[in-house]
Formats: sequence, structure tokens, C-alpha cells
Amino acid sequence: MTALASPARSHHAAPAAETVAPGVVLAVRDMTKLYGPGCPECLRQTGPAVNRTTCPVCGTVVACAEITFDLKAGATLGIVGESGSGKTTVLRCLYGDTGPTTGVATLLTLGQPGRDLFTLDPQDRRRVRNFDIGMVYQTPRQGLRFSISAGGNVAERLLAAEWRQIKRIRDRAAELLDRMEVPLSRMDDMPANFSGGMQQRVQIAKALANEPVILLLDEMTSGLDVSVQAGVLDLVQEIQHESNIAVIVVSHDLGVIRLLSDTAMVMKNGCIVERGVTDQILEDPRHPYTQLLVSSVNS
Amino acid sequence: MAYTSVRAGAEAIAAAERLIQSPGLENGEALLELRQVRNQFRAAVDQIMGEGGLYAPDLAALALRQAEGDMAEAAFMLRAYRSTLPRLGYAHPVRGDEMEVVRRISSAFRDIPGGQLLGRTRDYTQRLLDLDRQTANAFVAPERSENGHAPAPNGAGSWSGYAKKVSDTMRAMGLIPPLVDQTAEPDDITRHSMRFPVRRPAWLQGLARGETGALVCLAYSALRGYGGGDHGTIADLRVGDLPLRVTHPFTNQPLTIGTYRVTECEMTGREKPPATAAGNGHHQPAMYGLSYGLVFGQNERKAISMSVLDSALMAGAGGGEENPAPANDQEMVLSNTDGIESFGFVEHLKLPHFVTFGSGLQVTEQLNLAAATPANGHGPGPAEDVDDEFR
Amino acid sequence: MSAPGHTLPAAAVETAALPGYNYAFLDELSKKAIRRATLKAVAIPGYQVPFGSRELPIARGWGTGGLQLTLSLIGPGDVVKVIDQGADDSVNAVNIRRLIERTAPDVTTTTETAAATIIQSRHRIPELKLRADQIMIYQVPLPEPLRVIERREAETRRMHGEADYSRMWVALYEDIVRNGRITRAAGYPVLVHHRHIMSPSPVPRWDLPPLHMAENLSLYGAGREKRIYAIPPFTDVAPLAFDDYPFAVEAFPGRRCALCGSETTFLVPTPDEHGQSYDVCSDTDWCAANRQQKASEA
Ligand SMILES: Nc1ncnc2c1ncn2[C@@H]1O[C@H](COP(=O)(O)OP(=O)(O)OP(=O)(O)O)[C@@H](O)[C@H]1O
Ligand SMILES: [Mg+2]
Ligand SMILES: [Zn+2]
Repeated sequence: MTALASPARSHHAAPAAETVAPGVVLAVRDMTKLYGPGCPECLRQTGPAVNRTTCPVCGTVVACAEITFDLKAGATLGIVGESGSGKTTVLRCLYGDTGPTTGVATLLTLGQPGRDLFTLDPQDRRRVRNFDIGMVYQTPRQGLRFSISAGGNVAERLLAAEWRQIKRIRDRAAELLDRMEVPLSRMDDMPANFSGGMQQRVQIAKALANEPVILLLDEMTSGLDVSVQAGVLDLVQEIQHESNIAVIVVSHDLGVIRLLSDTAMVMKNGCIVERGVTDQILEDPRHPYTQLLVSSVNS
Repeated sequence: MAYTSVRAGAEAIAAAERLIQSPGLENGEALLELRQVRNQFRAAVDQIMGEGGLYAPDLAALALRQAEGDMAEAAFMLRAYRSTLPRLGYAHPVRGDEMEVVRRISSAFRDIPGGQLLGRTRDYTQRLLDLDRQTANAFVAPERSENGHAPAPNGAGSWSGYAKKVSDTMRAMGLIPPLVDQTAEPDDITRHSMRFPVRRPAWLQGLARGETGALVCLAYSALRGYGGGDHGTIADLRVGDLPLRVTHPFTNQPLTIGTYRVTECEMTGREKPPATAAGNGHHQPAMYGLSYGLVFGQNERKAISMSVLDSALMAGAGGGEENPAPANDQEMVLSNTDGIESFGFVEHLKLPHFVTFGSGLQVTEQLNLAAATPANGHGPGPAEDVDDEFR
Repeated sequence: MSAPGHTLPAAAVETAALPGYNYAFLDELSKKAIRRATLKAVAIPGYQVPFGSRELPIARGWGTGGLQLTLSLIGPGDVVKVIDQGADDSVNAVNIRRLIERTAPDVTTTTETAAATIIQSRHRIPELKLRADQIMIYQVPLPEPLRVIERREAETRRMHGEADYSRMWVALYEDIVRNGRITRAAGYPVLVHHRHIMSPSPVPRWDLPPLHMAENLSLYGAGREKRIYAIPPFTDVAPLAFDDYPFAVEAFPGRRCALCGSETTFLVPTPDEHGQSYDVCSDTDWCAANRQQKASEA
């Protein structure tokens, strides 16, 4: 990935596999995404210190800036932050919906040398997206095809992984949908005719179809009523317990983050302002923004 | 006679060919002279040259006569002839203000440098059939030759035939951005097929060869709000002759070897601020944009439509829009407005399709058979016994 | 294929039978450009190579892609066969053959499959197995197999580039779920060389098995859509299908050709005046040869 403009600070090379702690499946280094022409001032003139996301010099939106973290197998990382702070951008770059402007994300899957997601050729990038990473989008419209059946949506992932037997595909799709408590009688219905909660559960079934190494969850419970929310969260917890899947869960809801994630990061204006063990952040927030966030929930 | 499986396909074709070779001449009537066709069906000849992509008035007249007035067929013949000609070189670029103008209007300003010249137009005439001129001999030839651009614009004293562009005036007023020198070679869509998204030179070429009716239809849709926004204002609409300049093969000097009649339209409109700069307090000076249309001959309807579509395509070029309006969508506009292609494919439905039809018939039969026996009817059905083991 | 003369356009005009026109209609530079695109197509089986499609005196959509391939390849000594729906005497085939005859007088035309060096076809492959020294040229109306699920070319190009074909497969899955079978008839998509999904042009499914590991070169030309693609000899060609819903060709149980009695050819139903229908071979050359052989045996 060539940078459109060189942001002020340095650009790291791909971390060699041995510099990464054991158990890490994804090592993200200095991932920056700019929307706009970019200029040398972009990173200096934006961020939490100046409470700005748009560069006053060139008008570029710094959607996320120099994001660095490790994700371990079996672990869940939470990302909280205000609207527009760059949470979705981080996930979309990792999933491959868009490329970052600069940065490295090394995927370390079993039996494979570390691969930088952002420099893979398009065909390999597609394979990673089909096999190794699952994503649940903020809204079902982004994650589902509304012109094909719920079962077809799940099947699409299996077909991408070269499943070529209709019976097996349908068995697996049924298994996943059943697991997500989507009635099997609705399997061949169009998602447009489903409730929002059902749509979201179909999305999760789809994301899990190929047993990904990494699962990205973007505000999957926003817009759902409390009881449905609880059901979806239970499901995710069960999945976490049963498998070694690594999860990144994005939410503005601290309750969700507390429930699901071991460690968490707080984002503001495209930057990470605080990170650590989830409980610790919530008990003893350091950054003024986090303090505000926590107090507003507790009060 | 059946047209497929004809045992005598060649004979049938030969007979059809004989039928079209004699146009509907009655009582020993004479064929129209090509000169008559060229001069009396000027609009048709111009349109054929534009859509055929070849400036050749005599050949266009020949095509029109041979096609018995079928414009699509005539443009097609010209286009087909064109592809037999080797591409030996490219003419030099010319500027629109080199045009020797025979008609020129601007709707942006009341008065323009150089003046308005109404010229030859039907715009302000009453479209009444001249019922008393049904016979040719009732017609009196005009006194003025068509190329003598004698009348002075708006009664102004002298008219040189050349005029500065309104867009240059607007540039001087700071209303539209300065011209940037284009050094990159433009694409040549007749030599390389378009791969979307294409750049502006490619879409301008595509539009210039587009079918007049198709361009009018899409431009009209844009004006009515399907992707248009405010409709633009004509800065300059001019009809006239441009020099054809090539490099002399021996002296290597530019040489004017002739002129060709064109209609040029420059349309101006208020630009939408770029999407990324919106709403972030980052202001750029408000500007007018300029869109462009240029077609062979006098075909104002097409030149205006072309500039409307040019503007719509520029607006759509950023992409991002998930369901762009037809006029904003490059692929929609360019893949569907070439008359030669569209008429050919629409009419290919006349060709025999009995193999594909038969193959489809089989599938239908099988489906009906399956429907009649419900046991193995629809769908493979969901798995009954869902495995409890997960992952 | 014999190499066409690389004469200058001006000199070539004199040898043409049609006054004012070049040998094989197209100017030599155009033919060269088309052959270059063809070579690229052969190098990447199933990949659609864009080319600067020329207008021909045959209407767009009436075989101009196939014809440009033929015209760019033919030279002295070539024997050309043109069929439409399997028939040599279909009017459009006749017309295309006439154009070849008029503009390339030293090229022979034939209806006999075995005698041809180049066979241009619309919607069929001859029943007779083709040889390594024969080139099959298909007229293609819509080269993009993914267009049915995605109309934007920029997106289908990306899908081909990334071999991102799951949406195509899902379309087949949905077909099976709705109809209990894959309902595509002619123009059934194939996977070429384990890599590119390709439209075989609207040939019946019957014609797909012979494409697999065929000895001959197959060239596909879409004139209006300006694409050329190819299946080189001995290439893997697999119709898209599932293990438990396998690909099947058209079946004609209990039916036979009313003219030659064949039960092993692709038959086309032909209604008669009494509302009944009888079947005949779509490959007219094959049918005639079969009748002749039976007559000589009798
Ligand atoms: N395609 C785009 N073009 C321009 N700016 C964009 C684009 N996508 C996102 N942005 C901007 O990037 C910033 C980060 O957006 P992002 O969607 O990542 O935020 P978020 O933290 O997920 O917000 P929310 O909680 O509202 O979902 C925002 O300022 C947004 O406007
Ligand atoms: Mg978001
Ligand atoms: Zn027969």
C-alpha cells in the first residue's frame, strides 16, 4: 500500500514474526487511514489533544491514526469511543473493505508465516477475508445481501471456501442458523422479511460459517431491544468459551465491552487514548475522556 | 418463406438484396443526386456523420440514399466503411475559438464579446407545414449562399466570423478555474475498448459518437432531476468550421488541409463543493464548472445533450453513490448510447435462436415434470437433524 | 491457420475482390491489433481481453466479434465453415460466409466440418470431434458471465481478478433452493483452467463436455462488447455444478432426427402445421453426412 501522503511520524516495517509475543494472531502497527489528499500536517493538527479529526490545512479526515495493538488467540479486545472516533474504520481496514493509508497488520495463522494483510495480492487478500476473518457490521444491510435468502447468505461464505455439496452446505447453514436461534423454517426466506434482531443473528451465523480465526463485531447490538441484545451477547459468550477465536468487539456501550472483552482500548478523534485490562479501565480511568465516558454511565 | 433452415439461404438473401437495391422509384423517376441529398437533407447528413464517426458529407449522403432514409442504417454503413481505413495519424488539436462561426449564441449573458449571431436556425420559426409548397417548383431558391456569413451580429458593424469564447471571459472574471494544460495523450476509444471507470477524454469521444436520440433521452432525464441537479446555462453554443491541421509528412510542419463543420457547446453550472471537503469548515472558493459538447455538423440538440451528460458524468465520476442516476453512471451512459451497437443488438433478436430456445424449453419441461410429481418437487429442504456439536 | 500476408494496405487493395476494400475487409493494422489481443487471450485461458473492436458491414450483435477473429486470421489456403444454430444454410451464416468470400477470394469456404481449418459459429459446436489443426470461433453476444449478478464492469473485473466467485455460486445455490435444480439452459457458465469463470457463448449445455481437454483452439469474440477470450487446446473446462447436483446436458429420451434417424445428436424441435412437433439434428452437415452414409450402406 503506497501512502498518498506521508504523515508526520515514522512508518514501521512489518514486524518480524519473532518480535511478536506468543499467541498473537494479529499484530497491527501504526495503521492510519486518511480520507482526502493528506498533507504533512495531518497527524499533528488532528487528534484528541486538539479535539479534531479533520486537518485544518488540507481538509483531510484522519479517520484513524497510528493504531497499534496485538490480538491474541482466544482473547477479546474491546474498542470504545465516541461516534466518529474511528472504530469502524479500524475494523473495515482489517477486514479489507478499504485499505489503510499507511500501516501494517500481520496475520499469524497456524502453520503460515506472518503475512501483512495490506500488501497481500488481491486474490490472497480475498482468501483471508473468506477463510480467516469474519465480520458483523453495524447494520445488517452492510453485512447481508437482501436479494438472497438467509441460508444463501450463510452459504455464500461456505461457497467461497469451495464447499461444493448442496446437502453439506445446507446442513452447515442450518446448524449455524439454528445455533443463532433463527427458526429453520425461515432459512429460505429473504432477510428483508426478518426482524432487526434476526437479521443481526443471520449476520453472525454468516460471519462464523468458516470458523474464522478472528471475528470482528461492530456495534452488533445497537438497535436491538434489551432482551434480544442479551440473547445475542449470550451467543457470543458461548462462542468465545467454546473456541479459540480472537474477537474484536466495537461498541459505544461500556456494558457490552465489560461483558465480552478482557482488554480494551478507548478511541477519540482517530487515536487510542487509553488501553489496558477492561475492568481496570472502567474502575480507574486515566484519560479525561474515559473518565467522562465512565462517569456518564455510572451517574 | 421460412428464414431459418432455408435450403436456399443464399438465394433468399440474393432476392432480398435485389429488393433493396431498387428504392421506391415510380414511373422512371430519377435517383436523387448525391448533391441534392447532401444539401437538402443537411441535418440528416450531419447526424449520420456524427454517429458514424466519420466526417465525409458525400459518403454520408450516399449512405442516407442507400438506406432510404434509415438514419441508423446509414450511420452504421459509414461506421463500417470507416473501419476499413487505416489509421495513419492524428490531426492536431484545435481550439474552439479558431472556429469560423456561422451561428453563435450564449444564454449566460445578454451581450457577449464578439456578439450573438442567430444564424441559420429553426428555433424562432413557427413550425407550420408549408402546405402551399408541396411541389418542388413552388420553391424559390434563396439569394444568399449558405457559406457567406454576411449578416452582422445583432446589427453590430463588423463580423469577422471569429469570436472569443464566453468561457475565456468567465475565466478572466474568476468564475471558472483556469485551464490546465493537458499533456497526457487522450484515450482513443476506437482503438482501445473502454474499461470502466474511464477518464473524461474517453467519455467525450463516446458521447460524440453517441446516437442523438439516446443522448437527448439521458440528458433530458438529468434535466428532470435524475442525477442533474440545477440545469446548466449555455455559455457558448456555436456552429462553424474548424481547420483540420496535420503534420506534413516531409516538412514536418503543421499544415491545414481542410475544414469541417461542427457544433460546439460549452455549458456552465454551479459546482457542488467536493464531497470530502463538505461540512468540515474547509472552504474552497465557489466556482462554476464547464462541461463540453462537440459534434460533427450542425446538431445542436446533440451537442447540448452531450454537454449536459458531460457535466452529469463529472458529477458521478467520484463514485461513492451506490445507486447512481442513469446520467451519472458512466457505464450506463456509455454502454447504452452507441446507436450502432444498440440497434444491432436489438435487431439481432430477429436471428434464429432455436438452439437456445430449445435448450430452455427442455429446462421448462423438466421443471413442469418435477412440479407434477410433488415428491421430488421443490428445494432440497433444510437438514432435519441438526448436529449439536458446534465448531 | 496460415499467416495472412503482411502487405501494406495500399498494395492489399489491389488483390481484393471487392473494389475499394482491403483483403479480408479489415486493414492490416487492425488485424494485427486483433491478433495481439487474441494471443493474450490464449495466454490467459478464459480471461476476457478488451480490444478495439472494429465496425463491420454486418450489424453489431450479428456476429461481428467472431467475424473480426476470422478476418484477422484467414489467409490463402484456409478453408472456412460458418454455421448458425448448427446450420450452414441459415441466412446469417450465409451472409457472413459471402462477406468472407467476397473480401478474401483465395479462401475457400465449405460446409464440411472435417474439411474446415476455421469454423465460425453462433450457438453450436459441430457434432464431429474437432482436430488440433482446426480453430473454432464463437460469436459472443454477452461475454461477461457475471453480468447476471453484477452489472458494473469495474466490479465484475475485480471479481475475476480476485477469483471472488462466491456470488455466482450463491446464485446457483438459490436456483436449486427455489427450483430443485439449476435452471440455466444455454450459455451455461464454465470454470476454465481452474481459474476464470467464462461464458461459453449461448451454446447448449450439450456442447460443453467437448470443450474439456479439446484438441482444438477455441476463440470467442464479442464485437459489440469488445472482448476476446479463448480456450487453448487441452484445457480443463468445468461447467459450474455441485457434487450432489451435477451438471447435465440436454436429454432427448426416445427422440430421434426425423431426417437421418440420429439419436446421439443435439435435436431441435420443429412444429408442423398440425400442432405436432418433430425433431431434426441442429448440425445440418452432420445430418446430411449421416443420411449419405446410411444410403450408401443400404
Ligand atoms: N468514506 C469516507 N469518506 C470520508 N470520511 C469518512 C469515510 N468513512 C468514514 N469517514 C470519517 O472517518 C471518521 C471515523 O469514522 P468511523 O465510521 O470509523 O467512526 P466510528 O467510531 O465507527 O463512529 P460510530 O460510533 O458513529 O459508528 C468519521 O469522521 C467519518 O466521518
Ligand atoms: Mg462505527
Ligand atoms: Zn439428423
